[in-house]
Amino acid sequence: MHRFINSIAIAAGLAVATLSGCATPAAQPLRGTGDLGVVIERAAGRVAIVETSGRTVLARVEGLGDLSHASVVFSRDGRHAYVFGRDGGLTKVDLLTATIAGRVMQAGNAIGGAISQDGRILVAQNYEPGGIRAFDADTLAPLADVPAVYGSDGARSKVVGLADLPGNRFIYALFDANQIWITDLSDPANPRTERFEAGRQPYDALVTPDGRYYIAGLFGEDGLSMLDLWQPQLGVRTILPGYGRGEEALPVYKMPHLRGWAVAGGRAYLPAIGRHEVLVVELGTWKELERIPVRSQPVFVMARPDGREVWVNFAFPENGWMQVIDTFAGRLVDSFQPGRAVLHMEFTARGEAVWISARDDHKVLVYDTKTREPVAELAADSPSGIFFASRAFRTGF
Amino acid sequence: MHELIWRLIMVLTALAALLPFAVPVWAQAPAAQRPDAAREQALIHMVRQDCGSCHGLTLKGGLGPALTPQALHDRPAESLVATIVGGRPGTPMPPFRGLVTEAEAWWMVEQLLAGFPEDRGPATAAVSPASVRAGR
Repeated sequence: MHRFINSIAIAAGLAVATLSGCATPAAQPLRGTGDLGVVIERAAGRVAIVETSGRTVLARVEGLGDLSHASVVFSRDGRHAYVFGRDGGLTKVDLLTATIAGRVMQAGNAIGGAISQDGRILVAQNYEPGGIRAFDADTLAPLADVPAVYGSDGARSKVVGLADLPGNRFIYALFDANQIWITDLSDPANPRTERFEAGRQPYDALVTPDGRYYIAGLFGEDGLSMLDLWQPQLGVRTILPGYGRGEEALPVYKMPHLRGWAVAGGRAYLPAIGRHEVLVVELGTWKELERIPVRSQPVFVMARPDGREVWVNFAFPENGWMQVIDTFAGRLVDSFQPGRAVLHMEFTARGEAVWISARDDHKVLVYDTKTREPVAELAADSPSGIFFASRAFRTGF
Repeated sequence: MHELIWRLIMVLTALAALLPFAVPVWAQAPAAQRPDAAREQALIHMVRQDCGSCHGLTLKGGLGPALTPQALHDRPAESLVATIVGGRPGTPMPPFRGLVTEAEAWWMVEQLLAGFPEDRGPATAAVSPASVRAGR
């Protein structure tokens, strides 16, 4: 209890010093973290801590290494952001004190991470050395290492599409091995891994909000790999087989991202690869319901939290555009250019606003999702990923 | 026109191979092939940021392989140029034909082999407000 009170006192003190920059230790009101988030400033190795009520930057935290393709998960109390960097750095950032609470270099080349259902275990997915590694969320001490070894010659695959599952399990795909693995870390000292054959070259994946279905996008095959986690004994099924209809694939200048799923109204909205379309599939029956032509290769296809709209951004060189699909009408309802090099978007938890990063304009734009007009902008150095603390409470984030 | 420049480079490259003293192939790219300043900045930005989405901002690799001088030193420049322009079928590497010319690809390869320049930001102007929304 004393430790708790102490840390609150320290946090409040540091918050005054760091957040306001004020010299006098005037009373800094206690605050929650429910409306906080971080914006990755990818080239600067820095994150901006933002708050979504007043739409401001509260502080910046430096020294996080190479943040190209950084991703973030949050502690279950919403206080800490865990930032996974490209260079294998894993940094625990205290959102209230705007300080680094811990940092380890856990791999040579990493692509993101996840946090367990109970919030105690962090897992990083790595390209080099290929595999996953688990860490104590409190201390960042290493807990487990599961190399993605496949075949007979000991080769290791790049790991993609990591997501948490109920029971402190983690699911991920092996780009080079064409497999999906589930590792049970309920006893971290003895990880148990189940392996499933999947389609060719899975590049990313998502788990549905209920944790039931895992869907991996495939680069090397016309279709997606789906595993029903309520019936894993059925194995991986190919869904939307042949969606490219045998036509030559268009060039893909950036791989789509599936995490940040768009599941709305019993349907999944998925970026086609090599086709300028969003595919709409019915969950459970896996029937293709429709396909919506869009401007270019979709990257993020994200549902507004109420599911009524799906917002889409695009790969280079059409990455200045954003399009909006009305899921009820099943068609595009808006196209606009928020700025140059739109890399990511993040909806607030209840969906009244969406934050959009425009890397080459060095700003983050806040759009009102009702009017689809910008209502605020924040300066940021080459912003990429935007992650709100409300992710702490969502499976698959 | 690009065809012509390309042929010129090939001829110069072939001539270079006949020279008695050892000069790296890429050093033979004539100065005239260097893109103008704005285009050069745009290409550097594209490589660092957009190629970087697979190869890493530092070009040390990601889903795609590392593009550092150490990683590329034993790869013939011609094959690197061909990869940029035509892509690598069966891998996620897309063709950049239409986005960069072959002459520009030669220049990019030259820079990659020498250690790629740091990003100085995008060279293009910001989107004008008038073009911000378009019906579709």
